[in-house]
Formats: sequence, C-alpha cells, structure tokens
Amino acid sequence: MSPSRGRRLGAFVFLSPGLTYLVVLLLVPLVLVLSYTLFQRGRFGGVVYEVTGENFSRLLDPLYLGVVGTSLKLAGLTTLIALLLGYPTAYLIAQLPRKWKTVALVAVVLPFWTNFIIRVYAWIILLNGPGLLNSGLKALGLGPYELLYNQGAIVLGLLYSYLPLMVLPLYAAIERLDPQLREASANLGASGFTTFRKVTLPMTVPGVLTGCLFVFVPSFGNFVIPEMLGGGKSIMVGNLIRTEFLRARDWPFGSTLALALVAVLVVLLIAQSWAARRG
Amino acid sequence: MSRTRFTRRLPAAVAVVGLALAVAACGGESTNSAASAPAATADQLNPNADLSKQSVNVTVWDGYTPKELPQKVKDKLKFPLKITLHATNEEAMAKLTASGDSGIDVAFVSGQYAQALNEQGLLEPIHPELIPNLSNLYPEATQLSYDKGNKYSVPYTWGTTGICYRSDLAKTPPTSWKDLLSPPAWADKKVTMMTTERWLALPALKALHYSVNTDKDDEIAAAKKLLVEAKPHLLGYDDTTFGDKLKSGEAVMVEAWDGWCPTTDEKQNIKFVVPKEGSDLWVDTMVILKSSKNKEAAHALINYILDPEIHSWAAANINYKVPNKAAMDKVTIPKGSLLGIKPAELLNGESIIDLGQASLKYTRMSTEITAQS
Repeated sequence: MSPSRGRRLGAFVFLSPGLTYLVVLLLVPLVLVLSYTLFQRGRFGGVVYEVTGENFSRLLDPLYLGVVGTSLKLAGLTTLIALLLGYPTAYLIAQLPRKWKTVALVAVVLPFWTNFIIRVYAWIILLNGPGLLNSGLKALGLGPYELLYNQGAIVLGLLYSYLPLMVLPLYAAIERLDPQLREASANLGASGFTTFRKVTLPMTVPGVLTGCLFVFVPSFGNFVIPEMLGGGKSIMVGNLIRTEFLRARDWPFGSTLALALVAVLVVLLIAQSWAARRG
Repeated sequence: MSRTRFTRRLPAAVAVVGLALAVAACGGESTNSAASAPAATADQLNPNADLSKQSVNVTVWDGYTPKELPQKVKDKLKFPLKITLHATNEEAMAKLTASGDSGIDVAFVSGQYAQALNEQGLLEPIHPELIPNLSNLYPEATQLSYDKGNKYSVPYTWGTTGICYRSDLAKTPPTSWKDLLSPPAWADKKVTMMTTERWLALPALKALHYSVNTDKDDEIAAAKKLLVEAKPHLLGYDDTTFGDKLKSGEAVMVEAWDGWCPTTDEKQNIKFVVPKEGSDLWVDTMVILKSSKNKEAAHALINYILDPEIHSWAAANINYKVPNKAAMDKVTIPKGSLLGIKPAELLNGESIIDLGQASLKYTRMSTEITAQS
C-alpha cells in the first residue's frame, strides 16, 4: 500500500462517522423538506404529491413577510445589545489572571446547567404584575409597570438566553491577540482608544461576527420565548413554522417557511465568512 | 495564529441548526389522503379470542389514565398494555396518519380528530357487543354530533369552554363573551384568551351568535375584527398556564376549559361561568385503529376503562367530567368543583367538528391576529 493511499484510507475511516451523521441526519431531511415545498397539503395533514408553486407565492404574502420582519427586528436588536454587553465582558475576562479567567468562564456558562424553560419561567416570576420587581418598586412608591408580555420582554429573554454565545467566541478572539501588538501600538504613541480602534477591534472582527451569528441564529428561529415572555402577542418565524406543522397540519407551507429560514441563515453565513476573510 | 479558526468551525454549527430544522420538518412519511374515503367496514371479530396472545399499544395524553392501568390490565385481562404519550391532538394525528401501520391499537383524541381519522378510513368501527360497559354511559353521550351513536369512538371525558375568573377581583361577575372581548376598566390588560385557533375564534363567533363551525368568510372576518379590537386589552394569549395567572392575580378573567379552571383552589375565589351566548362541547374519545392486529384486546381494554372503578379515576384525579353515569355516581364532588355540571347542560354546547380544508381559514385568522402589533 502506498503511503498516499494509506492516508486516503485513514481519512475515509476517520471521516465516515461524521459523514454518515451529516448525510443521514442533515442532508436527507433537508432534501425531504426541500421536496415538500413543491407539493400540496393533504386534508388531514401529510403531503399530496401534486406539484404547485403556491407555497412560494404564499411566502410573499405581506402577512408572512411581516412576521419575518418582526423576527429580523427582534433578533437583530438582541444581537446588537448582546455585542455591546458581550464585548466589554469578554475583554475584561481576557485581562484577568489565569485562575480568575477559568472562574469567570465557568460563570458565563453556568446558566446552561439549568433547563432553559425553567430559566425563562423565572423571568415571568420576576417581571409579572404581582412579581418581585413590581412589588419592590411598589414599596418605593413606584409602578406597577407592564414589564412582561411585550416585545421588550422577548428581547430581554433572548438576550439573557444567548449572551454567553456572544461572550465565548469574543473571549477566544481577544485572548488570542498578541499583547505585544498593543504594546507596540502604545510605544508608537497611540492612545488607548486608538489602539482599540486600530488594533484590537479589527483583529477581533472574526470573533465579533461569529458571536453575532451565534446569537442571531437561535434568536431568529426561537418560538418559546415569544410565547412565554411575549404572551403570544407577537409571533416570530419559529412560531409560524410550528403552527403550520402542528396546528394547521400544512407540512408543505411549513417546509417552505423552514427553507426560507435556512436560506436567510446561509446568506448570513456566506456574508460572515466573506467578511472574516477580508478582515 | 489562525484568525479563521472560528470560521472553520462554523459549518458544524450550521449543521446543527439545519439539523434541528430538518428534524422539526420531517415528522414522518407523507400520506395520500383520499378526499372522501369511505368509513371502514367492520372486521369480523371473535368474542372468544384468546386475549393473552394479544397486546395493546395506546397513545394518550400524559397523566390522562391511571398510572397503574397497565398492571391492572395485565392482572385482569391477561394481556400486556403499553402506554405511549402525545402532548397534543396534532401530535397524535401526525403519529397516526404518518404511515400505514403506526403500531398503535387504541388512541385517545378529541372528537373532531376522531371524525377526521374516520373520514380517512383509519378507524375500526366499534363492536358494541364486545363492550357491554357502553351501557354505563349517559344517554346524552351517544348523541355527540361528530359521531352520533358512538359508531367509531367511545367518549372518555367531556366538558365545555367558558370564562374562569377571580370572584374577589371582578367588580361584577362576567356573563357574556363580550365581557372578555371588551373588558371593563377593572379587567383591562388582565384578560387572557386561548391561542389554539378554534378556541381563539370561539368567544367572538359566539358573541356574534354564529356557529363555532362556520366556514363562511364574512362570519370569520367579523369575528376577526372583534378579536383584533380585543388584543390591546389582553394580558396575553395562553393555552396552558391561565390557571396560574388567575391564582397569582396577574389575570382576573381568562378563557378556559372547565377542567382547567382551578375552582377548587383552597381560597375559593375562582369561579367559572358559561357565557349566556353559549359555548362548545368538547369530548376526548377513545378510538381503535383499523390497522390494529389486536382488535379484540383493544375492545376489552375500552370495556375495562368504562368500568366505573377505572373511569371515575379521571373525574376524581384530573377533575374532568366523564360521560359515564355509573362512574360519576361514585365520585364525591368537592366544594366549588365543576364536576356537577349536568350532561343535559353540556349538550347545549355546540360540538367542534373538523372543517377539513376550511380549517386553514382559522389558522390564517389566528396568524393575522397574533402577528398584528
């Protein structure tokens, strides 16, 4: 056996579990979803194999475009705030002594040790009319405020849930930065802010983009938080897809919506990798 | 130093996201539905079949049957009973319509879904001679509009939808669906409605004196108008936790199924009313699948569940009325409980039936209302 053939065989052996996983659990279902988009809904759910373009024309209905718009707005706002909060946090953690870095990173990940639904439910108890925050404010002679069941509460819930996904890639990017570059910048007379603007920030752009993507993607498709913290009064694409599949039993249109969601995310990914390569 | 390290890992992250979507989208194989499949013809069943050679798979909502039921069936009827769970009717439908043989023998679904399954030819007609305990049912329980005479379904629980409210916080007790749709000042922003589309539409349709099963566009549009006007006055839409919202005082008035309205709460400050415009009658039923290979055992199981001893469990433990006179006679009705509502009163409610293609109108209406800001 020639060495190159052996290498190729080794590559095949090591890759095959991952490849099988991707083909069986990603590619095949995606192709199924893709094919459903062309067919019609059966009376009791399922799919009738008669080709139609109706699912795509329905997608352009202002009703559904409006829902996509709401999702983009809420997920975008969440991502922006997560970046503004996450960058300084990651920056600070990266400057900590080694021992404290570990502690801080564990603290960032700690919320994931508790079930997501329970943590979201905790916000309801904090924010609702007779809740802790409002009764505290009442003791001070303020309120009550409507803190829950609106879009602000949805953004808060998404932000709370996904902020760690922003902090971690940012931390990795900032931590990897060679401190000598910043020292060089200071030696050449740049102020702290200029160093940040001209050295630190440009070199951490890939981390920023990764963090933004990690926050935006799950926020965009979330359907639990709009229901629990938004009181069901606003819906996002995730809610729409779930409704089409489970309540309306309209798999073809649900598939079309899911495909649209995937398409948006793929476009974002391409943009991200393009920007990262240029940066 | 590699700047692109994270970028290279991205495809894996995308794969995970895509996978989640694909799994959500791929519920199973699709079915061809014949638009008007004839109801199935009855199989020849052997009343003396050896049940110990059979076994029964049931799909049911979590907590809806006694935990010890499989053991009791094993002891009494000598065949193994396996319980699988579904969270919603929709999930059960996906399971039952997904492929030729779902492996399920008996399913618990609501009346309109039993009707849809039957129209699709998926149900075995009930063989009354194998279920002598059918005689325990109230006479009213054989007159349910989705299945008069219990030809393919046997009712397990029933009830209605109304307004559940805090009697200590309500200045005047609600009497009409209009109290929910345009709440008085003391209830403003303290009202919830259900979001499952047929029940979202129900208060508005009834307030306008329309049928809950209407498929007329102008009636649905009129109902939508009322519901859109009501939205700014709502605390939120809630199908599951409205009872908790009432107890905490977040809400003072909610649209609720009777069994979910916590009227027996120890503070005794929660009451339930069926508005004067009328309401629905919902029924959860047991059906036997045509594809079952254990039909004799399936009938024996249903017969056993209709035994007052077993059937009264539902009323005593999950607070749902059961359409079984012998069982209800055994139940002591706690103070404040809604179990006392009489079958004749329930029958005033209109059964929700499956609307087929027209149900999409309700989905759209519900999306339009919830997407409205």
